[in-house]
Amino acid sequence: MTLSKRGRTVRNAIYCVLVYLFLFLPIAVVVAGSFNATESRPYLTWKGFSLMWYQRLFDGSQAALMEAFGHTMLIALTSTLLSTVIGTLVAVGMYRYRFRGKALIDALLYVPVVIPEIVMGISLLVLFAQAQVPRGMLTLVIAHTTFCIPFVVFNVRARLAGYDVSVEEASLDLGANRVQTFWNITVPVLAPGIGAGALLAFTLSIDDVIISYFVNGKTSVFPLKVMESIKMGVPPSVNALSAILLLFTVIFVVLTQSDLLSRHRSE
Amino acid sequence: MNEKIIVDVSHVDKYYGDNHVVSDMNLKVREGEFLTLLGSSGCGKTTTLRMIAGFEDPTSGEICIEGNPVAGKAPFERNVNTVFQSYALFPHMTIFDNVAYGLRIAKVPKADIATRVSDILELVQLEGFERRYPAQLSGGQKQRVAIARALVMHPTVLLLDEPLGALDLKLRKQMQLELKRLQRKLGITFVYVTHDQEEAMTMSDRIAVMHDGVLDQLGTPEEIYERPQTKFVATFIGETNIFEGCVNEVDTTKRISVGLENGNVTVAPQEGFRFGEFVTISVRPEKLRVSLEPREGFSLYGVVRDYIYVGSVIKCNVVLPNSNEVRFERLAGDELPKPGEVVFPYWEPDDCVLIHNRDNELYTALESIRLV
Repeated sequence: MTLSKRGRTVRNAIYCVLVYLFLFLPIAVVVAGSFNATESRPYLTWKGFSLMWYQRLFDGSQAALMEAFGHTMLIALTSTLLSTVIGTLVAVGMYRYRFRGKALIDALLYVPVVIPEIVMGISLLVLFAQAQVPRGMLTLVIAHTTFCIPFVVFNVRARLAGYDVSVEEASLDLGANRVQTFWNITVPVLAPGIGAGALLAFTLSIDDVIISYFVNGKTSVFPLKVMESIKMGVPPSVNALSAILLLFTVIFVVLTQSDLLSRHRSE
Repeated sequence: MNEKIIVDVSHVDKYYGDNHVVSDMNLKVREGEFLTLLGSSGCGKTTTLRMIAGFEDPTSGEICIEGNPVAGKAPFERNVNTVFQSYALFPHMTIFDNVAYGLRIAKVPKADIATRVSDILELVQLEGFERRYPAQLSGGQKQRVAIARALVMHPTVLLLDEPLGALDLKLRKQMQLELKRLQRKLGITFVYVTHDQEEAMTMSDRIAVMHDGVLDQLGTPEEIYERPQTKFVATFIGETNIFEGCVNEVDTTKRISVGLENGNVTVAPQEGFRFGEFVTISVRPEKLRVSLEPREGFSLYGVVRDYIYVGSVIKCNVVLPNSNEVRFERLAGDELPKPGEVVFPYWEPDDCVLIHNRDNELYTALESIRLV
């Protein structure tokens, strides 16, 4: 069937609208729900616009949820920091040096990525139990760092693919020692890869449910708290917290994107 | 010419595993000169440069810069700077920051940095580019930044690793002259690596021709061209006709006669050639002559095959009986034999170069059973 030019334009517009609806409608529902003035389960009937759920987040009535959220943020930040440092060093080291067993290490990096999360969760739990490590913040951070490292390595490695080692030689040649060269040249040039890896690690850590479920002990974390509470309908306080997270994410993305646009880096 | 030796490479060998990249290299670089390491790829010229810069360590031998051995000194402890083939500009820094990088590391006061950077950018004609990023520059401009970044450090020696390799022909020619002018003006010693013999001839005070890790010959462009000491040097620099043969008569006062596959030829007498020795003769096309009559001392003959007009000169190919070709050049307008005509190639005995042919397989075989 042939369409006129106008017809094609209309058809394309409809496709676009449908795709974007599919992507953003669920998010819109979450945000809308956070403003719902309803008090009764399952919180699905619209009772008018209100900011009361946002207020309750901060007035102490949702202390358990807020505590879980705090734990999640702390775990995410710590494991992001650790996995970014370790992952970057792994990527740079594997790029620069040749050593025995490099191919094996390379292959093993993919294991945490492809292994079913439930297997990883069980194995970590067994390991911690055997080693008699009390389950809690520590085991959560170790577990999250472990599964985040490969993602950092892959991102930094992608950046290294287009990396010209002679910029490091040029830095040494101009009088900088190896440490100065690493901080002045290697890290800034790899920064986009390191940053992408860190963001991915942060995201993975925040919304991890399965592995956290096995290793959290008595420590409450946000995703598990949400899982618990939805048994009796999603309370709008969860919507409100999600909306706040969403807002921060959007702000962050806008900031980094405009930064990328305004600076002329060689890509 | 200043005779002070600024870089002294003595008996340097370099192996990569079993691969002998540089063998027994001896090279003295004089202060203020423009010295070129010339050779085809894989001949060890870049490795030599990198050993001087400190990016590679010699397997054995010693390198001295300004009289001091530099073994074990890292690149940042040597007062030499390098211009890399890929420019190696820091992509995340502006042109100003790129050039100021070394000065900042050296903790030069801020005001001095600003003047030195702007002076050097003026010298390489890049004023006004301070705030741009490398990605916004053309190849030629990046090249200038790389040179400025190295020169601003006032190095004792500037090492340049095929710096013009990535530029197009026209820009390359222009940059060759600019670099040469810059070097004269600043009086800094340049050690330059290239595989382009024309580039080497244009820019250098002296050329070191390298072949398979060995320094074949070191000399001025004129020496290298007029008196090549090995067959490789003769064939690598410019066009030449190569004849291989055996000395069949030595009269040290008058002449040496050499027997070739296609006949006998005569070369000027010189010391060091024995009867029966295998030799290579190199005759430049502009020195080769042809006659319609046999000449005394020469019994070569051939048939004129064709002519190639290259503007001011005409190149002519002559086929010898063993189907080898020789080439001679004449100025356009000269009278020339016709294609198909039989001619007798010859040369003035002084116009050719006689080279010991030590890599002749037959010679080596005979030597091994002590026949020569």
